[in-house]
Amino acid sequence: MKVAIASGKGGTGKTTLSTNLARFMAESEPVVLVDLDVEEPNSGLFVAGELFHDEPKYKMIPVWESETCSLCGNCQEVCNFNAILKMGDRIMIFPELCHGCYACSELCPTASLPMQQKPMGELKHLRSGALDFVESRLMISEEQAVPLIHQTLRYVDESFSPEVVKILDSPPGTSCPVIEATRGADLVILVTEPTPFGLHDLKLAVDTVRRLGKEFVVVLNRYGIGDDQVEQYCAAEGIHLAARIPNQRRIAETYAAGKLLYREIPEVAEATDAIASLIHAHAAGGS
Amino acid sequence: MKLIFTTTGTDWDSKMDPRFGRTQFFFVYDEESDKIQTYDNTAIENEAHGAGPKTAQKLSEFDAQVLITGNGPGGNAAAVLQTTGTEIYVGAGEMTVREAYEAYRSGALKKFGGV
Repeated sequence: MKVAIASGKGGTGKTTLSTNLARFMAESEPVVLVDLDVEEPNSGLFVAGELFHDEPKYKMIPVWESETCSLCGNCQEVCNFNAILKMGDRIMIFPELCHGCYACSELCPTASLPMQQKPMGELKHLRSGALDFVESRLMISEEQAVPLIHQTLRYVDESFSPEVVKILDSPPGTSCPVIEATRGADLVILVTEPTPFGLHDLKLAVDTVRRLGKEFVVVLNRYGIGDDQVEQYCAAEGIHLAARIPNQRRIAETYAAGKLLYREIPEVAEATDAIASLIHAHAAGGS
Repeated sequence: MKLIFTTTGTDWDSKMDPRFGRTQFFFVYDEESDKIQTYDNTAIENEAHGAGPKTAQKLSEFDAQVLITGNGPGGNAAAVLQTTGTEIYVGAGEMTVREAYEAYRSGALKKFGGV
């Protein structure tokens, strides 16, 4: 059971919800929290644990072997990302642009582009009671989040049985990294805030998860600020509003101190409990 | 000397395009023959990635010795331009092509330092 916490707009509370939900559910069952926001993972600020495993992660990029190359230029024709170019009598490779798709390498008539490992980040797996925490961190200057997200999910699939609840703290936005993080999810929880900006990006996120054919619900964070446009939108679209988390100074203070909220703020405990029940109902076959 | 300008149009009074990789046009001026040539680069809008190196590769086909642009190329594009030895002058992004050429002639443009 994979539950992706996504948002559209950044800073709406994905990590807040992910960490609280994971810790709350881990009080009564095994839970895996996975931080897939590999460009800026921060769930780890709220969940401590003992290091169980860590490993460097690599992406595959082509290396040019000039002795055998016939300079036919086929590689630059098949690359969708301009990551490899023929300039005169040499082939230039731009590792940051490369998506590691192997096309240039596999289709090279003289086999002059073997693929080679390039470090792109690090995966860490921590344990604390019934909570397993997995996070990956992209190296500085790397710009491809998707391969690392993909490999992190593969690690999770290989390490845990399918029925264990996995909370996927996803990147913001609606581009490739979010697609990669949510495409395998059984349920997507979209966190938003009751502001025009929150609504604007929620609509983009809803459009995205609908195209992916995902079941999804909305959680309204910082409830009490802004206006009621998000609620009207959800009602008009028939979208289930699973919980409202109030806007409170105490929540911000607790969060800023690096503490989990549900133990100290009754309204958050209530919202977390409601979302956990929804996940259980979904796992049992309802929705 | 052959010079290439990144431009938003195809004549001397066109505004420069401050962007390198996603420039709309190349304006190529051959001082010896006093001939102008332009290249429509707008198809680059369809490239989600790697516009810089792609445009740099295209530019190399014109065999110009000097590139005059606005913000300057990024690292990947600069690496491509380095292989052709093109001299790069920046800071002309807000000028017309004519003004940019005059600024270059009078030494008012900054030479791009490389990667």
